[in-house]
Amino acid sequence: MNRRRFFGFLQKEFRHIFRDRRTMLILFGMPIVQILLFGFAITNEIKNVNVAVLDMAHDDVSRDITNRILSSEYFHLYQNLNSEKEIETAFKSGKVKEVIVFENNLAKNIYAKNLGNIQLIGDATDPNTANTIVAYTRAILLNYQQELNKGSKPPAIIQTEVRMWFNEELKGVYLFVPGVMTIIMMLVSAMMTSISLAREKETGTLEALMVSPLKSWQVILGKVIPYLVLSFSITLVTLALSMFVFHVPIRGNIFLLLGEVLLFVITALSFGILISSIAPNQMAAMLISMMGLMLPTIILSGYIFPIDNMPVPLQVISNIIPARWFISMLRDIMLKGAGWSVVWKDTCVLAFMAVVFLFLASRRFKMKLR
Amino acid sequence: MNERVIATNITKSFRSTNALDDVSFTVNEGELFGFIGPDGAGKSTLFRILTTVMNADSGDALVDGFHLKDEIAIRSRVGYMPGKFSLYPDLSVQENLEFFAKVFGTTVQENYSIIKEIYVQLEPFKDRRAGKLSGGMKQKLALCCALIHKPRVLFLDEPTTGVDPVSRVEFWEMLGRLKQSGLTILVSTPYMDEASRCDRVALIQKGKILDIDPPGVITKKFPLDVIAVKSDNMQKLRKDILKVEDAESVYGFGEFLHITMKKENSSIEKIESLLKQQGHQHTEVKLIEAGIEDCFMHLMEHNKN
Amino acid sequence: MKLTGENIIEVENLVKRFGSFTAVDNISFQVKKGEVFGFLGANGAGKTTAIKMLIGLWSPTSGKANVAGFNLFTEAEQIRKNIGYMAQRFSLYEDLTVIENIQFYGGIYGLRKNILKERAEELISELGMESFRKELIKNIPLGWKQKLALSVAMIHKPKIVFLDEPTSGVDPITRRQFWDLIYNAAEKGTTVFVTTHYMDESEYCDRVSIMVDGRIEALDTPTQLKKQFNAESMDEVFLKLARPTGIQI
Repeated sequence: MNRRRFFGFLQKEFRHIFRDRRTMLILFGMPIVQILLFGFAITNEIKNVNVAVLDMAHDDVSRDITNRILSSEYFHLYQNLNSEKEIETAFKSGKVKEVIVFENNLAKNIYAKNLGNIQLIGDATDPNTANTIVAYTRAILLNYQQELNKGSKPPAIIQTEVRMWFNEELKGVYLFVPGVMTIIMMLVSAMMTSISLAREKETGTLEALMVSPLKSWQVILGKVIPYLVLSFSITLVTLALSMFVFHVPIRGNIFLLLGEVLLFVITALSFGILISSIAPNQMAAMLISMMGLMLPTIILSGYIFPIDNMPVPLQVISNIIPARWFISMLRDIMLKGAGWSVVWKDTCVLAFMAVVFLFLASRRFKMKLR
Repeated sequence: MNERVIATNITKSFRSTNALDDVSFTVNEGELFGFIGPDGAGKSTLFRILTTVMNADSGDALVDGFHLKDEIAIRSRVGYMPGKFSLYPDLSVQENLEFFAKVFGTTVQENYSIIKEIYVQLEPFKDRRAGKLSGGMKQKLALCCALIHKPRVLFLDEPTTGVDPVSRVEFWEMLGRLKQSGLTILVSTPYMDEASRCDRVALIQKGKILDIDPPGVITKKFPLDVIAVKSDNMQKLRKDILKVEDAESVYGFGEFLHITMKKENSSIEKIESLLKQQGHQHTEVKLIEAGIEDCFMHLMEHNKN
Repeated sequence: MKLTGENIIEVENLVKRFGSFTAVDNISFQVKKGEVFGFLGANGAGKTTAIKMLIGLWSPTSGKANVAGFNLFTEAEQIRKNIGYMAQRFSLYEDLTVIENIQFYGGIYGLRKNILKERAEELISELGMESFRKELIKNIPLGWKQKLALSVAMIHKPKIVFLDEPTSGVDPITRRQFWDLIYNAAEKGTTVFVTTHYMDESEYCDRVSIMVDGRIEALDTPTQLKKQFNAESMDEVFLKLARPTGIQI
């Protein structure tokens, strides 16, 4: 009897969700569009990239290497620089994507010390492109080095020093994926749940339900489960898309990853219930979740602005943002292949937050009016 | 007789305002009991307390034999239609009904006989979303949803507010038939003319019950004479009538003005001659029986002092 | 009776369709200057749609209409300047004071500062609300709010004021006080166009129209309507019209 009550409630919730086509479209469409935008805006194909050369050596080796680089279809010499000071101007013109710097006496160093230095500087405002360009250049240099060393012993080494200007953190699509996933989960879990409960307050249906034998935990669970399923499936779609279209690696254990996703969704959902117990109507629920959740999540979680670069007070505040811990875990697992031994601390923090929110939410949400 | 609701000294205040001030009454089995009063009189608060949705500051009630703190017992025995209740607009008529049946642990089939009479009219639209129903239809569906678990006491909070007179009449006819099946019904309304549809009414204003009795008794008890007056120039009459000596009050009632006077002072002839003097024509002056609205206004003015 | 003066509202064959649904179906009527005109009808009969057209919020599908001397199709902007509108219940801001509300509404109707100041004082003393002037709207009694709302809707001295169910849920004494205000306005020459669900209030109107399914099925003085439908009260007239075949539930 009790179970049928609960499933009746659950069925109604799913109906609400599936009937609201527009919201469904936004929820599934948004992550896809965001990932696609970020993926394609960062072109992977390199062709006729403008480079500038600062040749302080002016010897055979530097000329040889320059020729080799320019004779590939990838690069085009945009200008020759005369001093280090001109590097910045070259980048700021927006045309030059890479500057190649040959040290003084390059040939002499290679022949005498078997060690030459070449510096590659990338414009990391577009981090993915910069990465690729540098990688191509290094491939050419490596090739040159191998030819140089045919038969000569000991082998000469051309050492490349890579520097990325303007964005040394190198945030690209790889780093973007965990962020998008987090925002979507937050949106679906916290915002949608709180709005859906607030709507029942507004229409008076919650008051009618209060008089029913439904328990408050049944109402909470009935609201939570559908959105849990929804945000979990959106997360799976986002992950699949980034894996198969943009080859974002998942280096760590996929089950560990999904487990963390589940934990985060529960945290966000309990936050949503807490919001709806405070908000008198849909408008307020939306505002509170926007201002109290979405904005701090976007700004303080390290999704866009690196936490290490924030002023200290903001760094401290960022500690109470669940998304901060979640994003860092996602990056560890997905990009670095970290395992339980690395993420257990963050997991504990997040789990603690989930317990606190759940406790507060169940305390606040009663089948009573005040 | 069997009492289904016994409320004793219920008091509730929000911040500084007294929503309910020491309210006591009883409702008997199979009674159609009306709470009549304007917005803000405390009707909704009272219903919320009696259905255990809200706690009273003090006082208690027995609802179908259970004290207010026995929430679970009361909740399974009452049907409640909140004031702003508007169903789930994105669910169909049938889905709404089935949902409420399930939540209350029953099925539509099991209790179909209770709602049959009302639901047959909705049946042709059973796949339509509730949001697309007309006002009157929504009201009927809401009533079905409140009845589907076979409650013993039904609470309807302002079911007819904002509804046109035709739908209102239909709604009250439905309540009359439900009552015949033995259901106890408590209903609140701001429309005074609906009092006559109830077995007994409580007139309520600013959290206080002004009077409780069958509507016929309330009007009989009215201590003053009510004289209805009309003439060809009502605008002028409104001013001239103030010259009537010993008038306790003058209020417009439709095409008439109602003058109340102490029984010993009242005199139709006096008024008629005054009107003639002032040049009114086609006058009509008659002693009438007080209506609920006359009584309500009289009690309101009395309570002020 | 004031049924001889000039027409302030003239409506001819007005139609409003939403897709295939005809909300207002070819209505025609006139309202005289200074008249209290009752506009009745069941929920969904098309009342609200008709009013929204007359106050220039929605444009009609077809027909002709003249409101306050301006063409509804070409001079909606002018119409809005010459009418007042009080929506169902009041449209005052609960979190502003009495005087702030008056100033706000006067401001949006383009009253000049010195005129507004004068008008505000006049209004407050007329209503006897001196003691409330700096009180937040949410803290003043319902009856006062209602009276203030009406006065504010007329702060720019409009030729016509439209009242959409102004008295629903109000206690019977306040309801009557409100009608006294309506009469005062009408006496000063303002035309009052009012909808209500209280049938006794329809008797206070000079003339009453009753809408059924988008059409005006009856229009006359209350006395004549009762005669025409052989009814005791307006309530009966309404029920006979809006529920012709005695549909049973």
